[in-house]
Amino acid sequence: MSVAAVFFYLFAGVLVASAFMVISSRNPVHSVLFLILCFVNAAGLFILIGVEFLALILVVVYVGAVAVLFLFVVMMLDVDFVELRQGFLQYLPVGALVGVVFLVELILVVSTWATAPAVAQFPKAAAVGGAAISNTKALGLVLYTDYVYFFEASGMVLLVAMIGAIVLTLRHKVNVKRQNVSAQVARTPETAMEVVKVRPGQGI
Amino acid sequence: MSSLPPLGAVLPEVTLAVSAIVLLLVGAIRGEAAANLVNGLAIAVLAAAGILVLVAPHTAVSAFGGSLVIDDFSRFMKALAILGALVSLILSVHWLNRERQSKFEYPVLILIATLGMCMLVSAGDLIALYLGLELMSLSLYVVAAYNRDSVRSTEAGLKYFVLGALSSGMLLYGASLIYGFTDSVNFGAIAAAATTPTIGLVFGIVFLFAGLCFKVSAVPFHMWTPDVYEGAPTPVTTFFATAPKVAAMAVFLRVATEAFPHITHSWQQIIAFVSIASMVLGAFAAIGQRNIKRLLAYSSIGHMGFALVGLAAATPQGIRGVLIYMAIYVAMTLGSFACVLAMRRNGNAVENVDELAGLARTNPMMALLLGGLMFSLAGIPPLAGFLAKYYVFLAAIEAGLYGLAVIGVLASVVGAYYYLRVVKIMYFDEPAEAFDPMPGELKAVLGLSGLFTIFYFVYPSPLINAAGVAARALF
Amino acid sequence: MSWQDTLIQVLIILGASLALLVALLIFIAFILLADRKIWAAVQMRRGPNVVGPFGLLQSFADLLKFVLKEPIIPAGANKGIFILAPLVSCVLALSAWAAIPLASGWVIADLNIGILYIFAISSLGVYGIIMAGWASNSKYPFLAALRSAAQMVSYEVSIGFVIITVLMCAGSQNLSAIVEAQNGRLGLLNWYFLPLLPMFVIFLVSALAETNRPPFDLVEAESELVAGFMVEYSSTPYLLFMLGEYVAIMTMCALGTILFLGGWLSPLPFAPFTWVPGIVWFVLKLCFMFFLFAMAKAMVPRYRYDQLMRLGWKIFLPISLVAVVVVASVLHFTGTAPQ
Repeated sequence: MSVAAVFFYLFAGVLVASAFMVISSRNPVHSVLFLILCFVNAAGLFILIGVEFLALILVVVYVGAVAVLFLFVVMMLDVDFVELRQGFLQYLPVGALVGVVFLVELILVVSTWATAPAVAQFPKAAAVGGAAISNTKALGLVLYTDYVYFFEASGMVLLVAMIGAIVLTLRHKVNVKRQNVSAQVARTPETAMEVVKVRPGQGI
Repeated sequence: MSSLPPLGAVLPEVTLAVSAIVLLLVGAIRGEAAANLVNGLAIAVLAAAGILVLVAPHTAVSAFGGSLVIDDFSRFMKALAILGALVSLILSVHWLNRERQSKFEYPVLILIATLGMCMLVSAGDLIALYLGLELMSLSLYVVAAYNRDSVRSTEAGLKYFVLGALSSGMLLYGASLIYGFTDSVNFGAIAAAATTPTIGLVFGIVFLFAGLCFKVSAVPFHMWTPDVYEGAPTPVTTFFATAPKVAAMAVFLRVATEAFPHITHSWQQIIAFVSIASMVLGAFAAIGQRNIKRLLAYSSIGHMGFALVGLAAATPQGIRGVLIYMAIYVAMTLGSFACVLAMRRNGNAVENVDELAGLARTNPMMALLLGGLMFSLAGIPPLAGFLAKYYVFLAAIEAGLYGLAVIGVLASVVGAYYYLRVVKIMYFDEPAEAFDPMPGELKAVLGLSGLFTIFYFVYPSPLINAAGVAARALF
Repeated sequence: MSWQDTLIQVLIILGASLALLVALLIFIAFILLADRKIWAAVQMRRGPNVVGPFGLLQSFADLLKFVLKEPIIPAGANKGIFILAPLVSCVLALSAWAAIPLASGWVIADLNIGILYIFAISSLGVYGIIMAGWASNSKYPFLAALRSAAQMVSYEVSIGFVIITVLMCAGSQNLSAIVEAQNGRLGLLNWYFLPLLPMFVIFLVSALAETNRPPFDLVEAESELVAGFMVEYSSTPYLLFMLGEYVAIMTMCALGTILFLGGWLSPLPFAPFTWVPGIVWFVLKLCFMFFLFAMAKAMVPRYRYDQLMRLGWKIFLPISLVAVVVVASVLHFTGTAPQ
């Protein structure tokens, strides 16, 4: 067994186990922490198949930023999962139905490989520029040329999300004294203070 | 060093995107005081984008490796969507100022939503479709909840968001199945691969169409429509009822005819079912409504059903019928909502149908035009609404879908009841107190829309010709 | 490759890691002392001067004291996470050093996306603090956890953009290649701190915030939060936090050295300076970077929290965004972009 295989089983095993723990642990904070473990192991698997850029972006974006905010919210909300599970049985039939439908569809999709072997013969996308260049460069070569439209469109979608979050939540409180940095910086001794000569016994 | 992709063909989209960002910056720097300035500039930008769409050369161009298709069809639908957005933005100015909800983000979001619509209308593959749809929908979720201090508006936004996310999920699932079974996301390539209706492919089509039905609010994916129309601020509802419907219908037509032309029979029955269900539900459910926005919501569900009759026919005539229908629908809806926006008494907006009582005596001109619009929505000859229905039913009969046409005619007879009830309330009930005077822009929109619907039959050929040219681009 | 070769390779990596770890920890013991000495000197005190000559052994005495004390775990704490938090913070900080080249070829893992690796690892540093703050089940630690979550995520964004400007100039994500790209006839004038001076300043300030160093140590602001996330910690777990913090600081110093100060390159590109081994230059530059950190701590008063957020989001983020555009345009239009 090669070293890579050892690592594969390590990452894959921990990934599956922690994914299971995400849905089974009682404490929501533990769930999020297991989710993070999940992400890190997925990144490990990515590295094993040689897509190191995606692996690290996964860590930076999901683990380093998204999951932090997730954890932040879960810690603040103090969700009681036991209470949330109260109506579990009530929704079980519907949930089971949806699950079965999805299972059947998955079987349909997978069985196509057996029943229609031609489907599996679809050409795989060739590596951009061959194996000689790093996968960061390979991604960049297609992302900003062939897929520039999708890239920009996704940018607009994210912009809308940002505007939306601000429009719907930001409230300017009145009667709050705010720091005005430019006014502070623009202050000079002349505008800020006055030198008064106080004569003894007379006051100002 | 690769050169920039050809941007000339996508000039309207580029204009919208760049000016949305610029206006956002203007608003952010100038603060809340810039709301009216940004609003005015946004109206100018929309008008400019509309002109750019109209003056573009009449050649079919595909940009970005086939992701964006600029042809006569997209030109027609884009012009219509931009018109809807433009007019609803003009209608919103006065209302938002009155309700003290004027913020610079509103016109920016409308601009971005319109950009999403243009992308949607021109989408040439599944990824572009999804991105355009999300760009449009995300902006719509936000503007639905725009009046964030109102419980109803927030509820509308949340409901729309949750159900919209679900429908996007279904659409994506369908798209991934289609991709899996045809090995392509490009509509043309899908059409070449999808020559026989395999079960996986049909599953994919069903899911994809479910997502699109949600966006055009066709039964059985209509349940969000009445609540969102009622809860959202009225100018937002005006926008919802026009532009997004046009864009979603456009992409519906394009996907159905460009991606699956060889397996028409597999999806025709889905469309026929959706169409019948929408027409019938729209006709019956609207009868009990007292709120005029809910009434118009059910009316729009019904109208989407009628429009889909043309798609069910799956012929160039059918598509032409849908295009004519959408154009007339937009004109009628804008006029009706101009009236709803004008329903203000002592500075407060009222939304109950009964508030229109005796309008014929307090404001005869408005009553006349609204009456005309209601007759037209009901499909009474010789108004525009009748001609719209005529073309789709004609196409359905030519395609041999007699049952569909008969049910459609019956449904429109039932639907006529509640439209005519509005007319009856306006003309025969005891007059209520007069409404506040109507702002000029509302008068103009109502007048134009009313005159268009009433006198359309006099000179119908330009629209019919344009729709015919547009429809041929898909075949 | 036979299993013997694999084994030998694994052993070599282990040995190198161990050597680096020991050297780093000893170095940090003296850095900690230097921090206190500089601070004391600015305040005209003497600082630690009892243990060993000039107090040189002070850190080792502290280490012994921490290790020999009894670790206390509060009854209400979430035990597993409470213990895990200092380990996470220490181990993550140390693991970043695997990719840092100390001199030409002196690197344990010469990753071709080394910079991204270090960025990713340093973005994980926040977890130690959040976990500690939450697991302590106490008010002040919790507040500190919330603050750190917001603070570290905010400043990561501008650090990311700063790194991008350097990457564009160097044309590589490999740290050794970034250093080599700064090699030129002009010596220290070739290093990126000169053309990218504003970015260097932003990097320095953001690095202070990212590692919770004063003046941005809101996470452990003693006047508001007692000791922040470390209130409930004692003995070895506390030691691990302190160690993790200083290792993270050294990582940032090393990153600054590599990105802006030419790594192991000699400042004057001619003999006899080029005869000096690269590691010496690297350590000297590391010490210089740390000196800046220590002086900032000694001289600048602590920021208020809203000021910190304003600086991060309203000043650094726009500037670094614009800088990315400017640098890219300059590189493109002057034709100096690396291939």
